[in-house]
Amino acid sequence: MRLAKELDAPEVVTIDTGSAPRILHYGEDFLLEDLPVGTRVIYPRQPMAGLPNPRAAIRWALNHPLGCDPLPAQLRPGMKVTIAIDDISLPLPQMARPDLRQTMLEILLEMLADHGVDDVHIIIAIALHRKMTAAEVERMVGPKVFREYWPDRLYHHDAEDAANMVELGKTRHGEPVRINRRAAESDLLIYANINFVPMNGGHKSIGVGLTDYEGLKANHNPQAIRGSWSYMDPKGPSELHRSFDRIGKIVEKHVNVFKIETAINNRMYGPAMDFLAKNEDDFTESDRLKFQALKWTLSRTPRALRREVFMRVPAPYELIAVHAGKTEPVHDKILEKSYEQYAVKVQGQADILIHGIPFISPYNANSKALNPLLVQVMGLGYLFNLYRGRPLVKKGGVLILTHPCSDDFDTDHHPSYVEFFYRVLTETRDATVHQEKYEEEFARNPAYIEMYRRGNAFHGVHPLYMWYWGENGRQHVGRVIVVGADNEHVPRILGWDRAETLAEAIAMARSEMGRSAEITMVHNAPVVLADVE
Amino acid sequence: MQVLAPEAVAPEAGSKSAAFYDVDGTLVSTNVVHAFAYYAANRGRLVESALRISAVVAGLPVFWAADQISRTLFNELFYRQYKGISRDRLIALSEELFEKVLKPAIFPGAEEMVERCRRTGARQVLVTGAIDLTILPLARHFGMDDVIANELEFVGNVATGRIKKPLLASGVKAAAVRDYCAKNGLDLSACWGFCDSYADYPMLAVVGRPVAVNPDFRLRAMARTHDWPVVELR
Repeated sequence: MRLAKELDAPEVVTIDTGSAPRILHYGEDFLLEDLPVGTRVIYPRQPMAGLPNPRAAIRWALNHPLGCDPLPAQLRPGMKVTIAIDDISLPLPQMARPDLRQTMLEILLEMLADHGVDDVHIIIAIALHRKMTAAEVERMVGPKVFREYWPDRLYHHDAEDAANMVELGKTRHGEPVRINRRAAESDLLIYANINFVPMNGGHKSIGVGLTDYEGLKANHNPQAIRGSWSYMDPKGPSELHRSFDRIGKIVEKHVNVFKIETAINNRMYGPAMDFLAKNEDDFTESDRLKFQALKWTLSRTPRALRREVFMRVPAPYELIAVHAGKTEPVHDKILEKSYEQYAVKVQGQADILIHGIPFISPYNANSKALNPLLVQVMGLGYLFNLYRGRPLVKKGGVLILTHPCSDDFDTDHHPSYVEFFYRVLTETRDATVHQEKYEEEFARNPAYIEMYRRGNAFHGVHPLYMWYWGENGRQHVGRVIVVGADNEHVPRILGWDRAETLAEAIAMARSEMGRSAEITMVHNAPVVLADVE
Repeated sequence: MQVLAPEAVAPEAGSKSAAFYDVDGTLVSTNVVHAFAYYAANRGRLVESALRISAVVAGLPVFWAADQISRTLFNELFYRQYKGISRDRLIALSEELFEKVLKPAIFPGAEEMVERCRRTGARQVLVTGAIDLTILPLARHFGMDDVIANELEFVGNVATGRIKKPLLASGVKAAAVRDYCAKNGLDLSACWGFCDSYADYPMLAVVGRPVAVNPDFRLRAMARTHDWPVVELR
């Protein structure tokens, strides 16, 4: 055993006979597992140092934009300005207060007021995500902005409000470019983004966040997903991002867009929990005790309470870069920084890939459960896609996931997921059949639309998107084995195999891939992006 | 109970589904008591109106108690209030009743919800324990294809205060929906039901796409148990 600090590449560790057991996320709990000798474990990079003065950095970016005039030079009294921001789906878990969006908004609103701009609306770009509660919005934008703007001038984008959508044209591929009317008719549209993973930001912000079902059809479909190599490599062969770019270019022909993008570091855990991001071989006695105490507490706490507690522990993320100006140069700069923080060089693909699935995904912040479809999208959609170059697992390889896969749905947030899971997925797992036979039905379901518009529900069509999202992972891996599922039917409906323990899952995988199969475990979270050579 | 077509809106050809809507508390915030109170206030001479309003108000605790025991009992007691009213008068007042009481009480979003449902190709049907004549203007307003409602018994154009059997409430609504589908060749499993009250649970239970709209406590619990969509239009 060698301590990580002695290694040339401390992010990639090979298990030997003296190695400590490894910690894996397992929903609202953790597993501590011995891995076979020779297994590679990939760790996240250490958090980069945060910028010492985020407010000054943001102001500097606004005054030194890329590809356009400084923001103050673009402002004139009486103009109509819309600021769009991301929703609660990122970052995960929620940031410790003040949220970066609050900081950006306070600076922007002050600057707008100083230049006599009064007609300002703030739109939360949710697309077909759920509307946030007032308390969630207040936490995100801060009490000052909330008091002044909510709910008349700070509100959610409503993709089902036909009167407030406008079509700007079509791309050369015939994709309709439809965005929020207020945003489209503003003299200036400022989008203040947080880049949590490289998939976020760029032309996706407006082209997806402010559009509707008709607009999303262009790229939220099984064909585009199958044509995308990795979601996290926008510059790579990704049909998804080509579509975002085409749409974004049309938007920018019609609307004066000023983009602000920010990158945050990997500091997902505060001092009490930061051992979760460490190599277990480097654990101090205090780290071991903390983990034992955490396990002991979790074993005596009901699952619902564990969720509540986990959801309420914010992440002390820090700003590491901010750029403003035209979408493309800004996004390029931020992607560079994002890769600097997340990318880990890995030699060669694995036959068997192990991922622990945590309690949270972009679609269940403050929900009562990570439902089976979201477990699926975490495994095959997000974690599988955390690579550049080549997938971390070989074509036809085995993906092992650890999660209880409980049959739990939050019916306030995910009402249509229940119907999709039990009615549609039990009939077929073929995404193209879902698209042809069921997509319109779910998208036009009046009950789901009302729940999206007036409640806090994801749009009716969203569960189909979740299934599409797992499509390139599903096409690539030969088999998925889930460890520790508390029931048999959920893995069966998802088309997964089930194992009681990780050792059993590895044995099952080896029976297929051979005794000498290369095994790799990714020690997420925080985010690890594998640069596979 | 009878089925009326308030206007000739032909449902989409080939459509095999229908949407059945309860009215009180689902599409409008008022209820039959309010509607009747309005009617009572507009009937005949001043003294007679005052007496009738007093009778309704005095009867409210009885109605409430009856409603707690059984919706059918409530309706039987309640419709006795119509005794002696002429058919012409009832028709004349129903338009006014709609304009002054029902229309302002329509939930924001109810019309849009119905419209979206119509766009799926489903036939639109009101299913209500109210008197057919009083509900027709509302049905026309929503562009309903049919109305399944209670029918008041008349003798020589004067109401007897009795409802023609079977009284449409609770389980009878479910049977009426089932019969309607059978008669019109509709697929019950593709039909929608929109209700607000636990009393209408049987109707929601027979359709394939039940939706609890502004549900009361018991229906909300039931909707949670069955993972039915819960819509708040209030």
